[in-house]
Amino acid sequence: MLRIYCPYCESVRDEDEFHCVGEAHIKRPERPDELSDQAWGEYLHFRTNPRGEHREIWHHVVGCRQHFNVVRDTETYEIKSVYRVGEEPSSAADSDA
Amino acid sequence: MSQVRRLEKGGRIDRSTRFEFSFNGTSYTGFKGDTLASALLANGVSEVGRSFKYYRRRGIVGSGVEEPNAIVQLGSGSLSTPNLRASEVELSAGLSARSATTTDRFGLRRLGSLFSSLMPVGFYYKTLMRPKALWELGEKLMREAAGLGNLSRGRDPDIYDKYHHHCDVLIVGAGAAGLNAALAAAKTGSRVIVADEQTEFGGWLLSSSVTIDGTSATTWIERVVTSLRAHPHVILLSRTTIFGLYDHNLAMGCERLVYPKSADFQSPRERLHQIRAKQVVLATGAIERPLTFANNDLPGIMLPSAVLTYLNRYAVAPGNDLVLATTNDQAYEAAFRWHDLGKRVVAICDSRSDLQPALIKGCEERNIKILNEHIVTEARGKKHLNRVLIARLSADKRSLIGKPHVLRCDLIATSSGWNPVIHLNAHTRTMARWDEDEGSFLLDSTSPDVVTAGAVNGARTLAACIREGVTAIGRLHALTERDLDIPTPNIEEIESTRPDVIFKAPHVRTESRAPKQFVDFQLDVTAADIQLAAREGYRTIEHVKRYTALGFGNDQGKLSNVNGIAVLAGSLGKSMSEIGTTVFRPPYTPVTFGSIAGRSVGDLFDPERHTPMHQWHVEHGAEWENVGQWKRPWFYPCTDESMQEAVNREVLAARSSVGVLDASTLGKIDVRGKDAAIFVDRIYSNAFANLRVGRCRYGLMLRDTGMIFDDGVTARFAEDHFLIHTTTGHAESVLSWLELWHQTEWPDLDVRLTSVTDHWATVAVVGPESRNVLRGLCPDLQLADERFPFMSLQVVDIEGVEARIFRISFSGELSYEINVPSQYGLSLWERIFEIGKPYGITPYGTETMHVLRAEKGFIIAGQDTDGSMTAADMDLAWCVRKSDDVEFVGRRSLALRDYQRLDRMQFVGLETVDPKTVLPEGGQLLDAQNKTVPASMQGYVTSSYFSATLGRSIALAMVSGGHRRFGETLHCAIRDGRFIEAKIVSSTFYDPENSAQKVGTLSGTNDERSRAASRVLSQVAALETNGIPVREDVGISLRLWGDSRIVTLLGPIDGIEQIPGSLSSDVALPKEPCTWSSVDGMKVCWLGPNRWLVFERSRDEGASVSDKGSRLPSEISFVDTTGNYSVFSLSGSSVKRLLQKSCAYDFHESVFHTNSCVLTTFAKTQGLVVANENDGVELIVRRSYSDYVYRWIVDATREFGLAI
Repeated sequence: MLRIYCPYCESVRDEDEFHCVGEAHIKRPERPDELSDQAWGEYLHFRTNPRGEHREIWHHVVGCRQHFNVVRDTETYEIKSVYRVGEEPSSAADSDA
Repeated sequence: MSQVRRLEKGGRIDRSTRFEFSFNGTSYTGFKGDTLASALLANGVSEVGRSFKYYRRRGIVGSGVEEPNAIVQLGSGSLSTPNLRASEVELSAGLSARSATTTDRFGLRRLGSLFSSLMPVGFYYKTLMRPKALWELGEKLMREAAGLGNLSRGRDPDIYDKYHHHCDVLIVGAGAAGLNAALAAAKTGSRVIVADEQTEFGGWLLSSSVTIDGTSATTWIERVVTSLRAHPHVILLSRTTIFGLYDHNLAMGCERLVYPKSADFQSPRERLHQIRAKQVVLATGAIERPLTFANNDLPGIMLPSAVLTYLNRYAVAPGNDLVLATTNDQAYEAAFRWHDLGKRVVAICDSRSDLQPALIKGCEERNIKILNEHIVTEARGKKHLNRVLIARLSADKRSLIGKPHVLRCDLIATSSGWNPVIHLNAHTRTMARWDEDEGSFLLDSTSPDVVTAGAVNGARTLAACIREGVTAIGRLHALTERDLDIPTPNIEEIESTRPDVIFKAPHVRTESRAPKQFVDFQLDVTAADIQLAAREGYRTIEHVKRYTALGFGNDQGKLSNVNGIAVLAGSLGKSMSEIGTTVFRPPYTPVTFGSIAGRSVGDLFDPERHTPMHQWHVEHGAEWENVGQWKRPWFYPCTDESMQEAVNREVLAARSSVGVLDASTLGKIDVRGKDAAIFVDRIYSNAFANLRVGRCRYGLMLRDTGMIFDDGVTARFAEDHFLIHTTTGHAESVLSWLELWHQTEWPDLDVRLTSVTDHWATVAVVGPESRNVLRGLCPDLQLADERFPFMSLQVVDIEGVEARIFRISFSGELSYEINVPSQYGLSLWERIFEIGKPYGITPYGTETMHVLRAEKGFIIAGQDTDGSMTAADMDLAWCVRKSDDVEFVGRRSLALRDYQRLDRMQFVGLETVDPKTVLPEGGQLLDAQNKTVPASMQGYVTSSYFSATLGRSIALAMVSGGHRRFGETLHCAIRDGRFIEAKIVSSTFYDPENSAQKVGTLSGTNDERSRAASRVLSQVAALETNGIPVREDVGISLRLWGDSRIVTLLGPIDGIEQIPGSLSSDVALPKEPCTWSSVDGMKVCWLGPNRWLVFERSRDEGASVSDKGSRLPSEISFVDTTGNYSVFSLSGSSVKRLLQKSCAYDFHESVFHTNSCVLTTFAKTQGLVVANENDGVELIVRRSYSDYVYRWIVDATREFGLAI
């Protein structure tokens, strides 16, 4: 059971209040028409799936219904940082998570 | 006195309370404070079961969780509990236990005892190979013989409870180290939880004879526990086994509250504690390790720690003449105590050469013979131990010198050292290392927020344990012992010197020739078995474990693992560290299924959602279909009607006169904001920006892969206001999907989303006579096509209630979907039936809904689609914009080459050649020419029904290249090997011209108009209170608000700090997360950024913001969500404890203040918990869940008493 800090509710909640949407920082191409089928397919389906630090979007479904970013270690399940959509991860932010 | 082995005095038992109990059918007596094991020993019962494979007699070895032999089944019938260790079962009056391992129905195991030498490890694997059937027979017999007890088949009548906890420091184990750590932690002001598996705190101190500060150890325990009790932030949990430590320091503990059963089934029997600790101190102690020697399983062979425990704690001497065999100093205490209580110590065999003077002196004082460099090599006796062979050890301690000689005795206590209880930390994946000096596996490292203290660290003296308790807390808080200032008690004990590391006594014969040397008592694994496994090529302990079953019993090898590792290391010539341990996994000790399930059983298994008309459906005999968590009427059978007959009747009613469907479960999402049109336009594959106000349009929602995700009708109420209908099943996921796009891709759009699914009760009135019903309901509404055209909506007033009427159709008939706030839903439904009576109005359920839509070829997203269909595949290409000026979700994917393939699965209709035969849903469709396996699948049936309208069966299917194969015949394979022939046809079976959904000439009379005379629609909020015991001594009072007004306010609202409240006062919009503000009984709760919930009691005079919203600044959107929620008021002394049973949120006063409100999980659904001024809370849940939540609260408050 992960304990996750929600940067909007400003409190730590249980994992089952959240839904993990998937890898974060995947930018939707601005002009999809200019992409080959291959390139569009990679945007749609290909993900990094790393061992170690992984940046993910989580959705606080039961709470404030906001999406935010989580850096999670896929090996230890340690949550390294939590930050809002549009922000970049910083080690100092949200350290009380 | 029947308790022949009970000592005259002493022990922590209450001799004035005598219990009768029975074991294997024989009656005995014991005392309060006994365990079943101590009571059996007191009565001289030495044999407690038979062994698993060889059927050997077994006696009690240990005194706690480590006990491998005394596995018992308690009670009978539905209260029967298997798999318990007698050493952990508290004795109670009338307790009835039987040994789990005495049955031998087929004599199989007796056979095992006769031919044990012919049954090496892997015997069954090796012998039951051929013929194949032999294994199946053998497996059946073995299953009968194996196992440690039986599950009861009946429903367990007991209550199992759960508590969520939050603390700064969790201390696992309340022995000397744990108690002192608790004292230190409490002193820092931390929130502390101390959990211990035993009935009383003290751990080893309860068994030991040491003195602390000149008095008995129990005096010290009492002083510490009293002092801890006085701390307001300390929670003490005895009888609570922490059985698992999981990620992020979630610890799970099972507390045994009433044993073996509760008297009235009103208070919980067990409680599962889910403890979220910032930091954890493991003071879990150590378990003594027995020596392995020949015949070491005879009754009468015990651990010294167990002997001492039975002597001191239970006043039981399990024998007369004791031989102690040890490799370390700690075991001497048992022999000294044995002697001091007037029993005879035959000899002490110590494997070591040099013994410390204190031990020699202790023996001389007592005239006990010490044999150093000696070891026990074999035990003898038929039913019970009566003599022992001891021998001198060689210098390397691996062989014997000279001939063994015999000592007569009836009890041997053997110790080869201690196994620290490192299991919990190992659950979070840190590994153990072998420490040769200590002769133990110790933790290599711990997670950052876990520290260890005491014997689990290898501490061998009490003084060291007590000290480590304080230093552990010091480490966590970066404080010194001086800072913590916990007095160091004065302890008199024998210093501990280096132990020998010997696991198995040598024998004059080899392991395979000597009498059996048991490593694992519970599963009959011997040293020779492990050596054989090594010879057969097993190299890792994990494989040896699985091959030999070493450590597979319910004791999980607490005594056997390390000895087994040692034998394997010896066989392979490796070191202990090279072999390592097996992985420890939770649970540490077995946990009942009941405590894991908690109250999620029976009625409360999963949340149920009810529509506002639920009670009517119940009263009218509906059969139910579960759609997600919703209970939906499936069909309404009349007397003696079969399902098909009922559905036929309902279908024909809707097609020929008028039918009514409860469609309240449809997902409804309110979309507002100045960019609402742009947003909806991008989300759907068809255009919505050009939808006129007052009109509706069917839309397809695609994933970005271009595949159909959901569909439904969206209506426009204003330039900046839409309502999206979703399918029942996708209501939640569509909202999340919209939020994802809004928050991550298009955050610049001003869009405000609110789920209003529960707010609206929806009644679909379907069929040619529906207009007459509508005219009766709304006499002034113009129903002509030009006034109220197909795919449009009207907002009307029905007897003072605002109603939304959509003229849309999911049946192909003329149909109106009437929406009123849910509190009026039942009244509307009943009113419609009253009006429709002259037309034979008929309620219909989901099955008829499916038939009606299938006749028209309308898809159900999720039934006919599975996430791999495009709009073109489903013959819905008309729903996709051709122009590329809007970049809607999924657009680019539609151009992917694969999506243009002609042989894609395509949506078609099927007509069976025999019109009476209904195809099975999911049936595979094959070509006529190619039906032999492996045949290539041409498609499959997605929906299939008998259509009463058409008098034949119809089906919908996905068929490869189906749109170009009309007229072809396919063969549907069915289970019995036959095939059903079906012809590919258009998916629209009924009324392809869509004439039925038009309004014909109005032909009704004026009678109905007059009957619209008002019966004021009433608000419905009836709670079932049947069968609920309402008690006087209530811990909780519950009230349901029947007259609340609840609205949702939505921003963005830059610069607005206050809104007009009631009367003339303003109220601040709370900006602080999870807080509320209020004025005149109206509360504004923070739900999320730019989202607030306002609720209050309806008032007779003086409008407030929740009545109109018109006085609000225009930046704020106002959505009436009164019907979306139910408000429960909870008050009384036990409210926090009730919340603790369900919410993982921390409701401690340091976190949850008087002005807090928090959205979290309650009763497995979402609840808004709002603190109020009277130390109670308002609990606001979605209306459809309120029946379930209510039942949950009633169940969870049984132990407190509930007033309603």
